[in-house]
Amino acid sequence: MPPKTCALCENAKAILKRPKTGQQICKDCFFYVFETEVHNTITQANLFARGDRVAIGASGGKDSTVLAYVLKTLNERYHYGLHLFLLSIDEGITGYRDDSLETVKRNQQQYDMPLKILSYDELYGWTMDRIVSQIGKKNNCTFCGVFRRQALDRGAAVLNVDHIVTGHNADDIAETVLMNIMRGDIARLGRCTSIVTQGEDTIKRSKPFKYAYEKEIVMYAYFKKLDYFSTECIYSPDAYRGHARTFLKDLEAARPSAIIDIIHSGEAFEIREEIKATQKIQQTCKRCGYMSSNDLCKACTLLEGLERGMASSGITDRARKKLDAEGPLPENLRTIPFYQPPSGNPNPTITIES
Amino acid sequence: MTTISLRIEFGGGLELLFSNEKRHTLTLPSIVSSDNNSKTSADALSGVNTKPADVEYLVFYLRDHLLQERPELFMEGKTVRPGILVLINDTDWELEGEGEYVLQNNDEIVFISTLHGG
Repeated sequence: MPPKTCALCENAKAILKRPKTGQQICKDCFFYVFETEVHNTITQANLFARGDRVAIGASGGKDSTVLAYVLKTLNERYHYGLHLFLLSIDEGITGYRDDSLETVKRNQQQYDMPLKILSYDELYGWTMDRIVSQIGKKNNCTFCGVFRRQALDRGAAVLNVDHIVTGHNADDIAETVLMNIMRGDIARLGRCTSIVTQGEDTIKRSKPFKYAYEKEIVMYAYFKKLDYFSTECIYSPDAYRGHARTFLKDLEAARPSAIIDIIHSGEAFEIREEIKATQKIQQTCKRCGYMSSNDLCKACTLLEGLERGMASSGITDRARKKLDAEGPLPENLRTIPFYQPPSGNPNPTITIES
Repeated sequence: MTTISLRIEFGGGLELLFSNEKRHTLTLPSIVSSDNNSKTSADALSGVNTKPADVEYLVFYLRDHLLQERPELFMEGKTVRPGILVLINDTDWELEGEGEYVLQNNDEIVFISTLHGG
């Protein structure tokens, strides 16, 4: 096949075929359209205000590394006026997380951003290694995801930020839409395509890469020679999301626009009134103060199960009934510290990794 | 029989399947069996249908000779598993004809997996 010229600048050699548009473009045009599309996503959704303190959920993986790089670039190019921080969560997974945290520490040097690392061990008293040794390899993603969500909010509260951004990309969101359909999870289906989520007592959280294809993120990182960590979490092979991911990859191979189209379908879903009425109203957890759909938030429920030696009580109804039958919570059980949303104090004292 | 020298690179965690080595150099024959069988000897080639060595053949070759474990994580059917990106001389293989691209001497082929956490 003869070399093609870039469809945009008509000057340099095309090196990539964009899955989103099918356009054949050169390296520099690719960098520019990728960055500009993220900029457009940010401005059209009004994600940031001047002076915002923004924490980037950084795992050392491809999405969060590219996110940190692109946000820094856009912040400078378009003068967003943001204060950017890296926030990392250590779940305590030996051989996976400890290696990727080294990458985040390098990112901190490379992008010159303050870094805060928060661990499950200090927050909950349980590492993922210990959790998996207790519950086995099924449902561990549930524990990890629930604990991480709270950990990010708490880390952000310590840093006193206005906003958390995560590197979730178009593929992730399309997978989530498919998963929620497959599981009949109507509550999540209605929420999962929002680019911004904000509760009364929780920090605003958004996904600037919502429309960015995973393939393009990887290509961007490759051509820019960005430093990232790339291994599958050792506990994830049996995760339910794997099924959705395999399916989505096959759909993408047949028709690349499928990913954006699924997100579009997800955004267009409207829940019927009679179903909406049965949905739970949001309240706050009676034990730790975090947001919750029930009296106890999911993290407190899961932790209680772990502490009392009945870990699956957070997962199945049968186990929950068995736990309740054992009696009330013992006095000296470890619980999660009470959650304080950010105070708005512009000069907090925080420990920064140096 | 002429041979082709190639530089292969693995990224995104794929290197773990290939002795944890990111970079490899290979030499392939320039004419190979059309059924992608890399074990057919040079003499036996005259008796079978042949084609110039292409990327499709290369993928079979890598699976049969360099891959240490879990072939299903690298190949699916006659091509790489969906989610693995292929670059030929720093260009998306979709622009070069994917599996049908005929390999040239000193080509660099890069395989990057996207299937891991971000």
